[in-house]
Amino acid sequence: MNLDPLAIVLQTLLLLLLAPLLSGGIKNWKAKLQNRRGPRPWQVYFDLAKFLRKDMVISEHASWVFAFAPYVVFLTALVAGLMVPMLNLPAPLSLFGGVLAVVGLLALGRFFLALGGLDPASAFGGMGSSREMTISAIAEPALMLGIFAVAITAGSTDLSQIAQSTQGATWKLLNPAHVLAFAALFIVLLAETGRIPVDNPATHLELTMIHEAMLLEYSGRYLALMEWGASIKQLVLMTLLVNVFFPVGLAGPQASAAALGLSLLAYLAKLLALSAAVVVVETTNAKLRLFRVPDLLSASFVLATLALLSTFLFH
Amino acid sequence: MSYTMDALSSTLLPVGLMGYVAGAVAGLLFLRRERLANLFSFGCAALAALCGVFSCAHALATGAAGARQSFELFPSLIPYVRFSIRPDALGCFFGMIVSLLGLALSIYSLGYARGYYGRKSVGVLGAFFNLLLLATTLVFLADHALFFLIAWEIMALSAYCLVSFEHEREETRNAGVLFFVMSHIGTGCLILGFLLLFQASGSYDFDSFHALGDKMPASQRNAVFLLFLFGFGVKAGMVPLHIWLPAAHPVAPSNVSALMSGVLIKTGIYGITRVCFDFLGTPPNWWGVTVLTLGTISAVLGVLFALMEHDLKRLLAYHSIENIGIILMGLGATLMFLHTGHPALASLALIAGLYHTINHAVFKALLFLGAGAVLHATHTRNMEEMGGLAKRMPWTALFFLVGAVAISALPPLNGFISEWLTYQSLLQGFGTTTSLIRLMFPLSGVMLALTGALAAACFVKAFGITFLAQPRSDHARHAHEAPFTMLLGQGVLTAACVFLGLFPTVFLKVFDPLTHQLTGQQLSQQLTVTNGLVLAGNVSTTWSGTVSTLGILLIGLSLLTVPFALWLFLARSARTRIAPTWDCGLRGLTPHMEYTATGFSKPIRMIFKTLFRPRREVQREYDFLPYFATTIRFESHVEEVFLTRLYRPLNEWVLRVSRRLRALQAGSIQAYLSYIFVTLLALLLFAL
Repeated sequence: MNLDPLAIVLQTLLLLLLAPLLSGGIKNWKAKLQNRRGPRPWQVYFDLAKFLRKDMVISEHASWVFAFAPYVVFLTALVAGLMVPMLNLPAPLSLFGGVLAVVGLLALGRFFLALGGLDPASAFGGMGSSREMTISAIAEPALMLGIFAVAITAGSTDLSQIAQSTQGATWKLLNPAHVLAFAALFIVLLAETGRIPVDNPATHLELTMIHEAMLLEYSGRYLALMEWGASIKQLVLMTLLVNVFFPVGLAGPQASAAALGLSLLAYLAKLLALSAAVVVVETTNAKLRLFRVPDLLSASFVLATLALLSTFLFH
Repeated sequence: MSYTMDALSSTLLPVGLMGYVAGAVAGLLFLRRERLANLFSFGCAALAALCGVFSCAHALATGAAGARQSFELFPSLIPYVRFSIRPDALGCFFGMIVSLLGLALSIYSLGYARGYYGRKSVGVLGAFFNLLLLATTLVFLADHALFFLIAWEIMALSAYCLVSFEHEREETRNAGVLFFVMSHIGTGCLILGFLLLFQASGSYDFDSFHALGDKMPASQRNAVFLLFLFGFGVKAGMVPLHIWLPAAHPVAPSNVSALMSGVLIKTGIYGITRVCFDFLGTPPNWWGVTVLTLGTISAVLGVLFALMEHDLKRLLAYHSIENIGIILMGLGATLMFLHTGHPALASLALIAGLYHTINHAVFKALLFLGAGAVLHATHTRNMEEMGGLAKRMPWTALFFLVGAVAISALPPLNGFISEWLTYQSLLQGFGTTTSLIRLMFPLSGVMLALTGALAAACFVKAFGITFLAQPRSDHARHAHEAPFTMLLGQGVLTAACVFLGLFPTVFLKVFDPLTHQLTGQQLSQQLTVTNGLVLAGNVSTTWSGTVSTLGILLIGLSLLTVPFALWLFLARSARTRIAPTWDCGLRGLTPHMEYTATGFSKPIRMIFKTLFRPRREVQREYDFLPYFATTIRFESHVEEVFLTRLYRPLNEWVLRVSRRLRALQAGSIQAYLSYIFVTLLALLLFAL
């Protein structure tokens, strides 16, 4: 197994370019479903370009950690993305880490995001950090248990191997362990990407913000990196879900350009389907009170436990 | 050449031990000359520790530790006791931990002890510090049960003296006594355990105990296991025997706290490893299940209690309980795999546990040193009075941040590596048996995930509240960076954290003689793939999983070109302005408006309220409407469940029973003589 520099560059570009489009697309669809016109899906590119060009205002209380955090958030999401198979197997960095490394890298990004929220000494940022760390802490067991259920079935913690084993036997798509684990991880996805019912990405009320509250003091280039990092993280988690649980159309190693094109189409279709599910959930639900979120996440935990139990029953 | 090198490294070890003795003597000689006492006692300790690091690391790296014979340190004048040591692989591994920490802590202490000039006796501190290092090293190397117990006792007593060093405060005295009592209950169990082993083997030499368990009747073997688990569990701080730990660690001087959390509690782990894998033979299933369960409970409860703390050092002390739990998870899994006959997997779990042992020693000592520097600068352990220290103490902040990332098990540092290995061994454990027990593996893996996430939350709090934002008190506002020696001590440990995190495949070689000794396997070749760049987690072909923290770091750094290119093409003309915090347009932000440590952990306190039973009292005085309060008093408490539900009732029961028994102690000499007579008769009858 060797590293393929071309694959790394290609997947990096795909992650960088597709992530804002996905965020914009979800925003657009959500508006449509709520009878609004909404921004164009590619508006996010313009936003990012604008942020990148703008001057920055940095809090006088902030230390070097504040400036360090955007880079960590951005880079961890990107590196984690290189470990998840997007178009073909194996993922470019699958040798350097599997699902545990992906979870670890995203956690590292979150760690610095939360520190960045605390650094400018504003109460809103601290509140956001506190809530983010709490929710991620209680989402983590459900996330890990869901992953363990599929990892144990596949006999690997490597995402490419897991996808391959799911691909190998088509009936596995309907394996109860997979279905239950997918349901559990979908709930975790909502929590981790700051979606209703856990967090509201469109809120204007500082007191209800979680993710946005940590970014309140960021501006200019740093804000662009933070926003971009968050959308890459969302793309990574959604890719993980669609390609690990439904690896239909994933090309094999050394695939031809045509095969990669087909794989891209299949991948986009799957992403759109998952985004549609997210949009429907966001539109038909209200945001939960903070202390009701643990109930939702424990439901996810129970689903993951059932997934694990079904592994036990069927093997 | 290698032979002479080995001879050199094995002579360096006694030299190192003598160095500690010299340091202790120097401390006592210069009782009234504090500068000399500081220089000589901690200087000797640093040199001695350097000898220890070199000889232990050399013995492990060359595999010489595998072939070491027992030798007598000095001839004994007491019957039954032999002062013999045997630096075998397991002993050398722990010896390396204590020496490495001893080195960093001695350097740090050269600066830290200056804070005691004119207030306390630095000579006494240095003497007991050396004595503690000496005794701990001997505990790891002792090859004779009675010698082990003597070293164990010296260790406990010198630790007691160090905990009570600042004995003017009542809190310190109480903590010292609690430590003393708990420690001796543990020692009592150890004595009983060794007596049972002696009964079976007829000798006190560790050699004669090797694989003794297979020859012992099951009930006796189980009794030995339970006695040692209890005795060593007290020292390790395993839940529910942990209560002394969060009391004693914070009140000791910070260099001693680091030594206690880094090494002293590891003597418990050493003991469990030595007894379970060297002495007791193939374990029955319930041993592993017990240890794994206790480990899981310790990990989760340790971190949850840590989250509730706003005393920086107590917070760190609770994290020691958490990490001991993680280590015990590895050891418990090892026992279970040995039971089911999977020596390779057992070795992997053992490596995971012991890797976490050295990792925890390194980063916890680092964090305690950071806390010591903060304490040195702000004269408080209360995080609510800190803040803004990253600007005032940049180096300490950087080192503490490295420790915080490492203990939160985040890549690319060392905590991630050992937890990754633990996950790998637990997940592979699922396939080792077909009984329902196998569900324990993924479930404890999940609890490990919860622990890791909560630890991250806790260290966002610990670092964020202590070092970031505005200073919350005058002490914090006028804080200053620590002196050079204190920074150097932290720097050594930071470098160790980075090395253990980025180069696990290099360090893994150290475990070869160790696992060879205990499980008959050598895994370093198998766990290293692609020219040593990548760590693999599989011991069989039915499983796969690889990770490379170095690779992750390098790829991440090379991806820095993306933000750099963006800056180059889009933002070169953008300027940066320093301005007051925006805070959604509010004006006049004061430190009182910042988020507090208590506030930060409030959501967790609410979610786990059945455990914490939080109580709060708010008293407000107001003039005419409750919205315009003139003064507000706020108090918030969480219950220490084990103290109130387990130890206090137990304590009351003991007192009640003793009051009853007092009737025996009537004060009449005739009654006492008759007691002696009856006891004698009973013993004689028993002997018949």
